[in-house]
Amino acid sequence: MSTSRHVLHIDWTRCDGRGLCAEILEGALGRDDWGYPVVLRGDPEHRTDLRLRADEVTAAEEAVALCPVAALRLLRAGVG
Amino acid sequence: MNELLWAFGRASGVVSLLLFTASVLLGILTRAGRPLPGLPRFSVSLVHRNISLLAVVFLVLHVGTLMFDSYAKLNPVDLVVPFLGSFKPFWQGLGTVAFDLVLAIVITGLLRRRIGQRVFRFVHWFTYAMWPVAVLHAIGNGTNGTSGWFLLLTAAATLLVLIAVVWRMSSRFIEHAQTRRLAEAYKEGMR
Amino acid sequence: MTMTSDVATEPIGLTPAREGRLLAAEAEASLASHVRTFGALPRREPRAMLRELEASGLTGRGGAAFPAWRKLAAAAETASGRRRGRTPILIANGSEGEPLSWKDAVLLQNAPHLVVDGMLTAARAIGATNVLLMVNADALGRVERALAERPDARGIELVEAADSFISGEASAVVNAIENDDPRPTDRTARLTESGLRGRPTVVQNVETLAHVGLIARFGATWFRSLGDASDPGTRLVTVTGDVPHRGVFELPTDATLDEALAVAGADGRSASAALIGGYHGAWVPSRSFRTPLTQADLARFGAQPGAGVIHVLGDHRCGLQTTARIVAYLAGQTANQCGPCMFGLPTMAARFEGLATGSAARENAAELARLSDLVVGRGACHHPDGTIRLIRSALHVFASDVHAHAEGRCTRRPA
Repeated sequence: MSTSRHVLHIDWTRCDGRGLCAEILEGALGRDDWGYPVVLRGDPEHRTDLRLRADEVTAAEEAVALCPVAALRLLRAGVG
Repeated sequence: MNELLWAFGRASGVVSLLLFTASVLLGILTRAGRPLPGLPRFSVSLVHRNISLLAVVFLVLHVGTLMFDSYAKLNPVDLVVPFLGSFKPFWQGLGTVAFDLVLAIVITGLLRRRIGQRVFRFVHWFTYAMWPVAVLHAIGNGTNGTSGWFLLLTAAATLLVLIAVVWRMSSRFIEHAQTRRLAEAYKEGMR
Repeated sequence: MTMTSDVATEPIGLTPAREGRLLAAEAEASLASHVRTFGALPRREPRAMLRELEASGLTGRGGAAFPAWRKLAAAAETASGRRRGRTPILIANGSEGEPLSWKDAVLLQNAPHLVVDGMLTAARAIGATNVLLMVNADALGRVERALAERPDARGIELVEAADSFISGEASAVVNAIENDDPRPTDRTARLTESGLRGRPTVVQNVETLAHVGLIARFGATWFRSLGDASDPGTRLVTVTGDVPHRGVFELPTDATLDEALAVAGADGRSASAALIGGYHGAWVPSRSFRTPLTQADLARFGAQPGAGVIHVLGDHRCGLQTTARIVAYLAGQTANQCGPCMFGLPTMAARFEGLATGSAARENAAELARLSDLVVGRGACHHPDGTIRLIRSALHVFASDVHAHAEGRCTRRPA
């Protein structure tokens, strides 16, 4: 499966753990004890950005649009 | 023809109110971050939004048909400025107030990403004002406003909304309330 | 915040080192005394100064140890690539929110002119048009008087730091200045690309800038004449805990933990461990006290020299109890904006307290390991990560205590 050049970025200062993103990106995002999203792939010490696979980009765009507190952003890889 | 417009104007008002009731209930469920059987969280959010937009469509039809109905004597001004109407000005004015609130809520909802989360949330809180005002307008201004069947319908809707609001204010409202409260309790205990 | 004597942080008076570089001038040196000791500050050509800083190998003294020249060069590069109006900003960070550290306070009290020299040098090297200095309320008076002594410091803006642990975090510093809100912010771009008001911003620790003030005069070769080759020079350390003479001392970067203790009058024999780096640091057991305090040598303990904090634990104390109190403090110091941190840290603090008092020790230790893996790396700043570093380090270094507590006893020496 090819990786895209996109990254899903979580703004923790806005996130309220409502869980819509974890539903939409089920295999890539889990939830912790308090409902907040957990990135299930990649570096276990840097879990604010999810490197998206090519087939996940559309779903990620949907998650960004539907997040009730606008805590998600789509970025190009290598930013930040 | 006038009879038809008149009937359609009233019917679309009732349908709009019922859809807004469903929207308020789904809105509270959306805020809770909880799914329904067969309806995951993101679907709840989408259905909430779609039903709201449908409610707006019926609201526009309600206001639009009555605008062209000579019996209703509606002016375009009455759409935005309340209490100026010639027929039952107070109760009709409540309709205007509700309509104005809907305009603000829908516009800020559609432009949420552009205007920012804080403005969106502030305006969205007015849904709790819009709904009871719409109900009062329907009872006071509607031709069937005080008919038995309509009052029964309204009572049922009001009961559902009340239950949802009480639940909204309860401590177990959001999904992970328990684990979060445990953590907060420890923090308080440390002070 | 009240702390028990286990983690005593009573102010001990600002005692400068007797010899050394940064504090070579007399205590609370005036501008005249400062110039007598170090000479006048030369005005270096910007690119040459940056090259000199690169050659010096100076790294940040605020905790992260990022090469100083690289941060400055990044800001200069951003500014040169942008349209006019986006000139860099330099912020000197003296907020020192770490309770176990007061090296910055000592520096600002006794050698503020060296800090100002470094600020002016760095600002000139990157073409910064705004220069700010953030200090604690206690230091305001002294720093104000020092700035008033010199006309070249006229453009420096003095800002008071908020009194919280995380207020010294770089994005919190910028947020405090920009929006009067001393909380970290979500960042997708580096501060050197887009910081205060969207301009390239360098946030540099005051001690780092003091070293810059010396390098501007004496050069990179001089700077490298002391200390470890890969991270040269000297650093200020704050030694606290169970030692005869707590205080701030200047040491070469390759000094060992033993040597640091010796300067504080301790021999390490009655110590069980030392906390290196501060509340976000890691424990080093006493059998490893001969370790040099360099990045490379401390890495195997999960520790970093950081901001030079060395907190010594006497063997009559329980390492788990001491750590439990620190974790409780850190849990109370979240900014309350990021879920994993504001809920995770208190939950972990509760678990650590259970472990420290010996109730369900094994279960609590297991939960702490699970929660650490769950929370690490998830937050707008590194407060949860630093706290987890401390927790993991304590569980590892005091593993024998974890076993002992599970059996209803403790390994500490009876008083």
